[in-house]
Amino acid sequence: MSAPGGGDEWTPSPIQLERLAYRRSRTRRSVLVATGSTVVLLGIAVLVVVNTPGWPQFRDSFFDIAYGWQVLPDIAAGLWLNVRLMVVCEVVILCFSLLIALARTLRGPVFFPVRAAAIGFTDLFRGLPLILVLYMLGFGMPSLRVAWLPSSALFWGCAALVLTYSAYVSEVLRAGIESVHPSQRAAARSLGLRHGQTMRFVVVPQAVRRVLPPLLNDLVSLQKDTGLVSVLGVIYDAVLNAKIQTSQTFNYTPYVVAGLLFVLLTIPMTRLTDWVSRRQGWTGAGSHV
Amino acid sequence: MSHDPRSSNDSIIPATVPTVATTTEPLRGRAQTGPAGTEPPLLRIESLRKAYGPAVVLREVSLDVPAHQCVVLIGASGSGKSTLLRCINLLEVVDDGRIWLQGKDITDPRVDDDAIRSQVGIVFQSFNLFPHMSVLDNITLAPRRVHGIGRRAAESDALAMLDRVGLAHRARAKPDELSGGQQQRVAIARALVNKPVLMLFDEVTSALDPELVGEVLALLTELKDDGMTMLVATHEMGFARQVADQVVFLEGGEIAEAGPPEQVLTQPTDPRTQRFLRRIIDAGRL
Repeated sequence: MSAPGGGDEWTPSPIQLERLAYRRSRTRRSVLVATGSTVVLLGIAVLVVVNTPGWPQFRDSFFDIAYGWQVLPDIAAGLWLNVRLMVVCEVVILCFSLLIALARTLRGPVFFPVRAAAIGFTDLFRGLPLILVLYMLGFGMPSLRVAWLPSSALFWGCAALVLTYSAYVSEVLRAGIESVHPSQRAAARSLGLRHGQTMRFVVVPQAVRRVLPPLLNDLVSLQKDTGLVSVLGVIYDAVLNAKIQTSQTFNYTPYVVAGLLFVLLTIPMTRLTDWVSRRQGWTGAGSHV
Repeated sequence: MSHDPRSSNDSIIPATVPTVATTTEPLRGRAQTGPAGTEPPLLRIESLRKAYGPAVVLREVSLDVPAHQCVVLIGASGSGKSTLLRCINLLEVVDDGRIWLQGKDITDPRVDDDAIRSQVGIVFQSFNLFPHMSVLDNITLAPRRVHGIGRRAAESDALAMLDRVGLAHRARAKPDELSGGQQQRVAIARALVNKPVLMLFDEVTSALDPELVGEVLALLTELKDDGMTMLVATHEMGFARQVADQVVFLEGGEIAEAGPPEQVLTQPTDPRTQRFLRRIIDAGRL
């Protein structure tokens, strides 16, 4: 647990000093090699792209920096809607998918309908393309003209995201639940905990920690798929704002700007999750030698 | 499940075992009420059978554990020791026979499994602590969630129990920061804090480094001295000889021999026991 040699008076032996110096020189060498190969590869890629016959037009219609800067505030305002959509949907998805995953772990004949419904749900919404679900809910539901049903496209866009992603996330959670060793269950049951208590206090907490990286993967995926709700036409998110700009100038730079903003949004999320799983001391086999 | 106790009781266990029922009187009536003067054993196992598919793991196993006694189960790996303990804790569903705990047939599907389990503590070979919880949370989980004790009371009980197993200073540690012997002592504390009437130990020292075995066995001996009723599956013959009131030798899912330790371990009558003990002696474990 403590650092090697911590506490006592220790001066590294000449051999150890020599080893440290060698390792430092190897590290310097690796950094130089990595930098060199990156620069060379990037240079080649840039040269190839820049020397294509259509490059000048391509640059003007996709990388018009002045125009991109001009549309940035509008697209960033739209992105704020994507962020809010993502946060709301993610919370609902996590709750809903956990229920579905737990439903699939229920045993006993009484729970057959629940189990069957959960399986049917995941089969259906994992198979349906998200864009079809968006069309069916976003245009279909309001056209039913049922007074008490919400008619907002934003609501149905969210609903489509929740249904589709819950199917995926519930499978991730189920895999996590099933990866917890049966002896943990036996230990909890032997203490007198009921099935629900065993799940809540012993199995699910361990399962969620284990599947944190794939859960994050789905979260990042959701983040960009919130852009798809723009197909419903009335949700002014980053993608729709970019589309409006593009349709006025026939310049695709707004799409590139929106794309860069989405990328910038997801990177901190990935780092955050890495940090969270390290802090929990649950890094797993992947992070050790 | 229409089982006649008369047929099962004749010769499974040698008559030399003082605590084993040899009467042909129906067990149900006696185990529930007990004739005047004789206290029924705390745990009675009667013609137990358990199979996994075609593999019969326990066959006609009958065994009594009187209150405050320590019964040690010995036998090679795969002889059915672990399965027997798991059946008693209802972690396995038995195929036939009965298990009586304090006069109650706990193999009856109508009993509340969770209520029975919280009366019987089990400690596993691989500790099975909950890795995402601190030592203290491991121990307070069942008191708080099963027995409805408040956090503060549960934590002071847990700390007292940790103190008893000599680990009060590690209450906030995570299980994987402890040595194997410490983890096993936490597992024992976790089981004891529910005030079980019976403790089951399933090869609790088998996963430990040799120098850590002693601290766990010392704790078991202390428990026995405090009057706990214990059923211990182990390969530690020294422990069996010193602490057991009764040693039961299982082979191939059957009780081959049972009796006081000095008899079973030094003058075994059954050839299977003799063979097993010779192997143990050859390995330098006795």
